Amino acid sequence: MIDTALFYVFALMTLGGGILCITRRNAVHAAIWLIASLMGVAGLFLLQRAEFLFAVQIVLYIGGIMVLFLFVIMLINLDTAAAERQYSGQWKLALGAVVLAGGEIAWVMARGLPGLGAAAAVQDGGEGGSDGNVERLADLLFSEYLLPFEIVSILLLAAIVGSVFLARRRTS
Amino acid sequence: MPPLPIPEHPPVAWYLILSAILFGLGVAGFLFRRNIITVFMSIELMLNAVNLSFIAFSYQLKQVSGHIFTFFVMVVAAAEAAVGLAIILTIYKNKSTLEVDEINSLNN
Repeated sequence: MIDTALFYVFALMTLGGGILCITRRNAVHAAIWLIASLMGVAGLFLLQRAEFLFAVQIVLYIGGIMVLFLFVIMLINLDTAAAERQYSGQWKLALGAVVLAGGEIAWVMARGLPGLGAAAAVQDGGEGGSDGNVERLADLLFSEYLLPFEIVSILLLAAIVGSVFLARRRTS
Repeated sequence: MPPLPIPEHPPVAWYLILSAILFGLGVAGFLFRRNIITVFMSIELMLNAVNLSFIAFSYQLKQVSGHIFTFFVMVVAAAEAAVGLAIILTIYKNKSTLEVDEINSLNN
């Protein structure tokens, strides 16, 4: 019961934040509503026993990426951006694309995924307790997914070098 | 018609529907808006929607592999945000505009 109530609270936060994020004229307001939406998603992570990702969502997304967004918005002249035309004129094309994507997802949901229930039944007996998620995550990350983990670290290094190269001051 | 019973735990379908709506919002923002920063924020919305369905399936199937994929998505999103925002800053310095329609130097 309490889980369902919390789901409604976090879902409202997520969707309301998302709608306001894509409709606000001021970029700072949009970023703040996006933070509200991300916090709603973090709450939903916690509701599904993903404690590690809840922390990562707060620290990395809200503390890292969104602060980066706000820095860039502050560096750019806001008044000129807010005065410009906000929506592109491609209503029909965009609406068609949204309806297509929504219909596709709805079709997959209505059809159902074969084997989902069976797989759940098989897994149910095995792992048991819902606590200790973080330990299992670490075990898997540093054994089976070690190579992707290392590749991701190289990707991050490339991103650091790339963004420093792009944003440096030209002094020639 | 009797009132619907309130479930003890929200079923996985609710999370998936929420994730689909959130993804649709991201697509709409990506296509409708002209401000490059808002377009970029719409991409973050879509990535979060995907993460949400990863976690929903992971919880349903009692496997932590979905958590690992979500973690990788987050790391890639961080790298993408750093490079993307640097590109936005460079574009603004060179063109002094943020409208996606105005940035068409690769067009011809």
